[in-house]
Amino acid sequence: MTGTNDTQISADGAKWYELFSRGARDWLRHDEKVREAVRRHLPQAVAGGELISGGARTVRIPVRMLEHYRFRLRPAAQRQGAGQGQAKPGDVFDDPARPRTAGGKGPGGEDEGEVQLLLEFKIDDIVEWLWEEMRLPNLTPRSGPSEEQEWTRQGWDRRGARSRLDRRRSFKELVKRRAAPGAVPTFTDEDLRYRQLALRRRPAVRALVFFMLDVSGSMSERDRQLAKSFFFWTVQGLRREYRALETVFVAHTTQAWEFTEPEFFQVSGTGGTVASSGLRKVSEILHERFDLHSYNVYFFYASDGDNAVTDADAARAALAALAGAACFCGYVEVAAGLSRHLDTETGRLFADLATVGASVGSCALADFDDVWSAIRQFFTAQHPVRAPGG
Amino acid sequence: MEWQDYTARIEQLARKSGLRFHPVEFEAVPDAFMMEVAVYGLPVRMPHWSFGVRYIYQLIQRHMGHSRLFEVVFPGNPGHAYLAASNGLAENVLVTAHVLGHADFSRNNLLFQRCQGQVSERIVEHAAQHARQIQQAIDLHGLERVELVLDAALALEQHIDVDQPVRRARYREYAEPPKTLADDAFRRRFAALEPLTTEAGARQRRRAPVPPHPERDLLWFVAQYGPELESWERDIFLAVREESFYFYPVFATQIMNEGWASYWHARLLREADFIPQQAYVDAIKCHSDVVRPVAADQQIALALNPYHLGFAIWERIVAAEGLEAACTIRAEDDDFAFVRNHLTRELAAELELFRYRARDGRIKVLAQDIDALHEAILAPKYNFGAPTVLVENVRVDGTLQLRHDHAVDGRGLDLERGRKVLEYLYRIWRRPVRLSTVDADGRTLEISAP
Repeated sequence: MTGTNDTQISADGAKWYELFSRGARDWLRHDEKVREAVRRHLPQAVAGGELISGGARTVRIPVRMLEHYRFRLRPAAQRQGAGQGQAKPGDVFDDPARPRTAGGKGPGGEDEGEVQLLLEFKIDDIVEWLWEEMRLPNLTPRSGPSEEQEWTRQGWDRRGARSRLDRRRSFKELVKRRAAPGAVPTFTDEDLRYRQLALRRRPAVRALVFFMLDVSGSMSERDRQLAKSFFFWTVQGLRREYRALETVFVAHTTQAWEFTEPEFFQVSGTGGTVASSGLRKVSEILHERFDLHSYNVYFFYASDGDNAVTDADAARAALAALAGAACFCGYVEVAAGLSRHLDTETGRLFADLATVGASVGSCALADFDDVWSAIRQFFTAQHPVRAPGG
Repeated sequence: MEWQDYTARIEQLARKSGLRFHPVEFEAVPDAFMMEVAVYGLPVRMPHWSFGVRYIYQLIQRHMGHSRLFEVVFPGNPGHAYLAASNGLAENVLVTAHVLGHADFSRNNLLFQRCQGQVSERIVEHAAQHARQIQQAIDLHGLERVELVLDAALALEQHIDVDQPVRRARYREYAEPPKTLADDAFRRRFAALEPLTTEAGARQRRRAPVPPHPERDLLWFVAQYGPELESWERDIFLAVREESFYFYPVFATQIMNEGWASYWHARLLREADFIPQQAYVDAIKCHSDVVRPVAADQQIALALNPYHLGFAIWERIVAAEGLEAACTIRAEDDDFAFVRNHLTRELAAELELFRYRARDGRIKVLAQDIDALHEAILAPKYNFGAPTVLVENVRVDGTLQLRHDHAVDGRGLDLERGRKVLEYLYRIWRRPVRLSTVDADGRTLEISAP
């Protein structure tokens, strides 16, 4: 073949088509575009409860291949075609093309858009994008009494432990001294500098999150999935702000129990709802196990809102006590498919508390899409944090 | 013996049998490259993510063993033929003969001639040049911006008018001057009746509307009349359009062209006494696989194999009317004329062709009707396989008004896809874009972007 065209043969004689794959290049570009698209629609894309695999730090999101759109006729109720083989007029048989559309290998092929890809995303990246995307304010850690002490590096001294010798700094001292006329050219004890440590007080950057889930008979599987989805992304968001995050999971019906995270979302109970039992359990754990001053405490409660009427006063008291100790109390009302605008026993409980100025928020979750508005609402409502020591 | 050793003798035999073709450069290439050529349609072509999607589908198909490509041939002078490196000797002998059939067809068919006359006989090099030019645009303006242009241009790929030249002039700027009236006795008396009608009004030139008639060459229209189109964007539109001009005859003569090549590879093979016996047997087996009407494990095919259909029609033509008549048909017809004129009732019966209607997952075989069968075969080929969309006018504010000719196509557009295409177009036209079509009940409706 003649090499008149410079695309034909490369300098070392290798055939030009062996040098790169254009198909792979365009495929990579497609992949990039899919990731961009997923990123743009992230809240919807990752809201699906089944995406969340406990413990793993990645999320798999099923995506469709992008379609390059062209003008096309609307699908007809019936199509005509020409075939070949032993068939008589009037013969009727099953359409092998259904439900998968076959044929159509024309431009823009009819059969495209069926292959599903599974893209894997790092949860940390997603949280990072979400915070950018949703413009959520960063949480303000509680300061004041909730401080912790820490040794930090601060200044230099001529005496100190050998392990804290700062060689670079010492060498600088040597250079400075040698600049003076008649100085000793080697290191002397005068040159040595040691790093000093000082005890500094830092605001607490540890957080403690309580998740309480109503598992009474009225909570459906889907309701639990919704709550799970919400809890999961809340944890991810908080984890972004705090170096150390402790989580406690409490489920309740008329009684309350503490669970581990994996067990928590499997729990299903029967019977009525007595919120105060759960709230008391949370307070109990909080006071027994944790030092209130070194934690920012968050409390999130998911329920369908049907608390026993007889429990109203007890629940109110328990919640008020908890709200006093926590940075923020959030309530999500999960009612798959119907939105009741929080007009329920528990909903009113939180609304009343909000009117007296406590740091609480409520949100109704009817669908997975609502998870994001709920998170947005909570993380913006959380501003401003009460004054130090308040 | 390698397959190359037979090439010259097969060419000689083909010329002796009456084939007239430009020289063809044969080259064996790796399967991966064959696959890319099948995806892009040209050996080097502009980058776009949509080719990546097709590439993956092709890859999947290949892994499932569904498709195997023996050759790809690009017409021109000289023509380029790429043969899969995995072909055996027998397959390559067959493919060489097949390629010469294509080369003869593309040199002599009038539709090919006209389109090649437009895009030149060096489309392979032109496409590589376009690819390089677009790469330069990417370096200069960034991938995102170039991609927006390609999204729009490639979406309109099929919307060209091959009856117009590739280098088509803009519309006349002014309307034709009114005809000068005959200066006869009546005219003079009439003018005398109304002395006040001045001729000043008649002299004034009137601007012609844009477009002066509904325009179906959307790529050309956008390139020429896009209100704020930059010159590099126009170049991309025109590059895509030029490649479409190359693809059109390939698309519109597929049945004839593949049939002609299959007819000739079978015939040349029969006459090639220099081929070893074993290679001949293998090649004939390969031939029968290629022109098989129905997949091996099935009784009935719901789509026709163009190789088989074209092959059968050409055999009948040569047997009934002689080679000379066949050569005339090869020169003058496209698939529409070829199928309508030469797929006879007897041949359709012999090939067991039938018409069917698919509805709710059931297939019903319809009564025999040769004319309706022709149309069923040809229906997907009208208008480059795309719905008929026309530019109606450009409003004073620059809004581009398109119309879908639903009467021709029989039903309305897919609205969701239509909107997406308008969105692509809007980003390049930079003024609103509107399109009228009909809904499922035949009521007129309009979609638009933004």
